[in-house]
Amino acid sequence: METFLQTTINGLASGSIYALGAIGLSLVYAILKLVNFAHGDFMTLGGYVAFVVNVSLGAPLVVAAAAAVAAIAVVGLITEAVIWRPMRNRGAGVMQLLLLSIGLAFVIRNLILFGWGGQEKRLDIDNTRTFDLGIVRISLIQVIVISIAAVVLVAVGVMLRSTYVGKSMRALSDSFDLAEVSGIDTRRVVTYTWVLGGGLAGLAGVLAGIFTTLRPDTGFLLLLGIFAAVILGGIGNPFGALVGGIALGLVQEWSTNWITPTYKEAIGFVVLILVLLFRPNGVLGHATRTG
Amino acid sequence: MTDAPVLVAEDLVGGYVAEVDILRGCALTAGEGEIVVVIGPNGAGKSTLVKAIFGLVPLRQGTVTLHGTDVTGQRPNRISALGMSYVPQVNNVFPSLTIQENLEMGAANSRATMDERMDAMYALFPRLRERRRNRAEGLSGGERQMLAVARALMPEPSVLLLDEPSAGLAPKAVGEVFETVQQVNASGVTIVMIEQNARAALALADRGYVLEGGQNRFTGKGADLLDDPQVAELYLGGGAAGRE
Repeated sequence: METFLQTTINGLASGSIYALGAIGLSLVYAILKLVNFAHGDFMTLGGYVAFVVNVSLGAPLVVAAAAAVAAIAVVGLITEAVIWRPMRNRGAGVMQLLLLSIGLAFVIRNLILFGWGGQEKRLDIDNTRTFDLGIVRISLIQVIVISIAAVVLVAVGVMLRSTYVGKSMRALSDSFDLAEVSGIDTRRVVTYTWVLGGGLAGLAGVLAGIFTTLRPDTGFLLLLGIFAAVILGGIGNPFGALVGGIALGLVQEWSTNWITPTYKEAIGFVVLILVLLFRPNGVLGHATRTG
Repeated sequence: MTDAPVLVAEDLVGGYVAEVDILRGCALTAGEGEIVVVIGPNGAGKSTLVKAIFGLVPLRQGTVTLHGTDVTGQRPNRISALGMSYVPQVNNVFPSLTIQENLEMGAANSRATMDERMDAMYALFPRLRERRRNRAEGLSGGERQMLAVARALMPEPSVLLLDEPSAGLAPKAVGEVFETVQQVNASGVTIVMIEQNARAALALADRGYVLEGGQNRFTGKGADLLDDPQVAELYLGGGAAGRE
């Protein structure tokens, strides 16, 4: 029981990071039909922005996190203006956009490598402090990661459910063309999508940096799990991405109760395959969707 | 501007890709409060004409004027704000949104009057009110069309463009759609409608257009077109109004 609870806490922490990354990836895919392979590197970049503000400039971590969120939201907007919108206007399809995003991923990763080198960076936080709650121990960084993620994920969920912008985002993901003819200002919604998706990526990068350390490939290594989370929950469904991310984190950590932790990432993908065998459209995916 | 037509499309030339013109000089005029029906064989450019009027098809030539304002090539959300709505033939509701949310999406340019308009739509379509918290994907074909029309009516447009509203519906639902169109028109909305049920649609029409090859083939009052032996023979195909 104790180890189960302990692994649950660990799983919630890593699942939170997957979920934050997955929601942004899923929204951008659903609305712009862009499978953004650079999303993981957006996260890394967010972590490094926080590192610069927090360690190089010595500002508090909260300020650093806010700077990272803002910076990556702006990065998202810039890529939209410079790459994605011009390419869509020229008729680029899913495949062309995907290849571009892979290229962008390499560019960002190598710029980070060029700027900060390959050695690990640490944010200024006490990662040894833990609280003993009797049956389980929870570290300070787990508390921070889980609570920030919980607040943000609930806020994003409420936003998508009840605000006009959130509903418009869901409308665009259902049908971009219909949203356009309904009179929705789709360009504005796309802007908000990048702000939200980029901002969440930046935050996920900071949390990943708090959780372990930062390396130029931190986000890229997380990206595989994030894709799994998106697929697990149902492609294009932001609520599914949330559920998929948390579920993936939990399953990976629970598996360490029986199997050596080396395999925990593989276990996550075994579960993904099993789920897709029975629910090909993911846990919260639609049964069918007409073009 | 009492007698000036609400909507005038003149000499439209264009298509989805630059090299292929689907519209080759067609025109359409809708007077205030009229029902205008466009018929013609498959591939005549009917849908393209309506899409071009709504700014969805690039035009090489021609103008579209709405209430005297040139809206040629404007983005749809701008045209919508100027008082024209469009209901596509298929994929005309947001399946994963609830009925209420679908209606909200129609009110992008009229948020202030949204609640009032929503009540008006529920009064027009009581069945939608019953199911307002359900997702649109669970609706029947006829209900879906109702929702699509209601969504388009949310901004209180003066002109409503309908692309084959009765396509694929059961005969009973077809009748309901035509009744709805008349009801909406009676409230003062100008209707421009493409229809495959050519006879039934022309019977309602103040003005009818027969399109072929992206050009106007016949133009006249709905009743006159119905009586025209050439139109009847070529486009109304005996009694079984040409369904696909």
